Amino acid sequence: MSKYVIIGNSAAAIGCVEGIRQVDQKGEITLIASEPHHTYSRPLISYLLYGKTDEQKMKYRPNDFYKKNKVIKRLGETVTEIDKKEKTVTLKNGEKIPYEKLLVATGSNPFVPHMEGLESVKNRFSFMTLDDAKALDKALKKDTRALVVGAGLIGLKCVEGILDKVATVNVVDLADRILPSILDETGSGLVKKFLESKGVEFHLRDSVERFEKNKAVLKSKKTIEFDVVVIAVGVRPNISLVSDIGGKCRRAIITNNKCETSIKDIYAAGDCTESADCATGDMKVMALLPNAYMQGETAGINMAGGTKLYENAIPMNAIGFFGYHMITAGDYIGQTYETLEGENYKKLFYKDNRLMGYIMIGDVMRAGIYTSLIKNKTDLATIDFELIKEKPQLMAFSKKKRSEFLAK
Amino acid sequence: MKRIYVNEKWCLGCHLCEYYCAFANSGKDSMVKALKNVTINPRIRIEERGGISFAVSCRHCEEPLCTKSCITGALTVNDGVIQIDKDKCVGCYTCILTCPYGAIVPSETGAIQKCELCMNNSAGKPACVAGCPNKAIVFEEKE
Repeated sequence: MSKYVIIGNSAAAIGCVEGIRQVDQKGEITLIASEPHHTYSRPLISYLLYGKTDEQKMKYRPNDFYKKNKVIKRLGETVTEIDKKEKTVTLKNGEKIPYEKLLVATGSNPFVPHMEGLESVKNRFSFMTLDDAKALDKALKKDTRALVVGAGLIGLKCVEGILDKVATVNVVDLADRILPSILDETGSGLVKKFLESKGVEFHLRDSVERFEKNKAVLKSKKTIEFDVVVIAVGVRPNISLVSDIGGKCRRAIITNNKCETSIKDIYAAGDCTESADCATGDMKVMALLPNAYMQGETAGINMAGGTKLYENAIPMNAIGFFGYHMITAGDYIGQTYETLEGENYKKLFYKDNRLMGYIMIGDVMRAGIYTSLIKNKTDLATIDFELIKEKPQLMAFSKKKRSEFLAK
Repeated sequence: MKRIYVNEKWCLGCHLCEYYCAFANSGKDSMVKALKNVTINPRIRIEERGGISFAVSCRHCEEPLCTKSCITGALTVNDGVIQIDKDKCVGCYTCILTCPYGAIVPSETGAIQKCELCMNNSAGKPACVAGCPNKAIVFEEKE
């Protein structure tokens, strides 16, 4: 009987395997995932199209990962339900696999809202999985006119991936600015201007009213002709396996700092979960790869009988387009300090003597020093805040702290 | 594990560690070829201000946020040393977002670079330590 069953095969699932193996070298692990592929890094699908990686290099762990960690893999198989009383998971073919401890790391799925006429569009794609990326790639030619619906992280990474492969890229979004989840108005403006200089055309505060085969009619009555459309308006966490059996969920599966769900012996990690933002205490879906890995690792250690708490998660992001980088973290609340020099933009948010969040665009050097101030809830009275405003630097800390950092 | 430690009391702010680092990682056999008329991009960096100076390089953390956060799997820990597979790295800078010391920097190729204790270059042992004229940078085992 498998001691551990893991549903999923991305960052959270891999973190869980590595977490379990830190504590328990022997207990049998079965890993089940719908996608048939060796574990790969999902965020790399845009880099694959862009030509910055390939299918071998985008493997999240080496070829011998499962063997080395003694993982029984059931790839290309889908779990349809969990029986919390019998402690089994059921596969599509009816087979039941028992577990002692279970991790649900089912991620999220693209959300495709109802759009009139979308079903009449032959070349329509999502941009979440390796198969999505490969299918999209096949449909692209030098003279392709691409339409991307959604100017968020996924939509714009897709734009970066395909821009050099096609004739035109139009982007439509309901929001008044691009990347609204991570950037303020000024930051969005800078990145938009930069992407426009590369040839991307934006239609903001607008949406597709209807599709007519190869034409999109926007709410503004503008029409855009296209050959390929990518729908990237958002994602929905895959929560049904847990919500179906009464596990506590809101938008996503609710987890505590041990990464347990509300059901005994069932853990959850990654994009399908909601967890506490340590800086504000609010429960949030923080769908980002580092978070997924560390939640998975925490779950794994706890599943195997160790003790680990994951309690310093904050929303954060590092992303770039054509070499123009931006790093953001935390919450955008409180007083602000900002500087703008050419394409370099920085904005700090602080409140009650704590750094709450920041945006850095262009020059992102040493951003992690800011991230750690947020995570550690550092009292700004204990550091030289004027130096920290100037740039992220260890000089801003006390001599004692610097010695702790570097001499011990 | 042996780590690099920095004592700011002894640091002269001479920046020699930066030059030794850049040379050791240049792949070139002469200092002139490696460093003359070149803007160096070392993996160890001096911070200095008002008479205080100290060198900062990777701490090879036991709980390495960079490695756990790496989206590609390009950062790995091998015998305690955090190493970068530059071929696998796509330069997303998530490690720069997470490193609390600001010790990871972009390289000329777009991938990131970081101190690997000179394990993967011709120096074989930390060149910054060997070159520090005042023993402000040491390579030793501590509790």
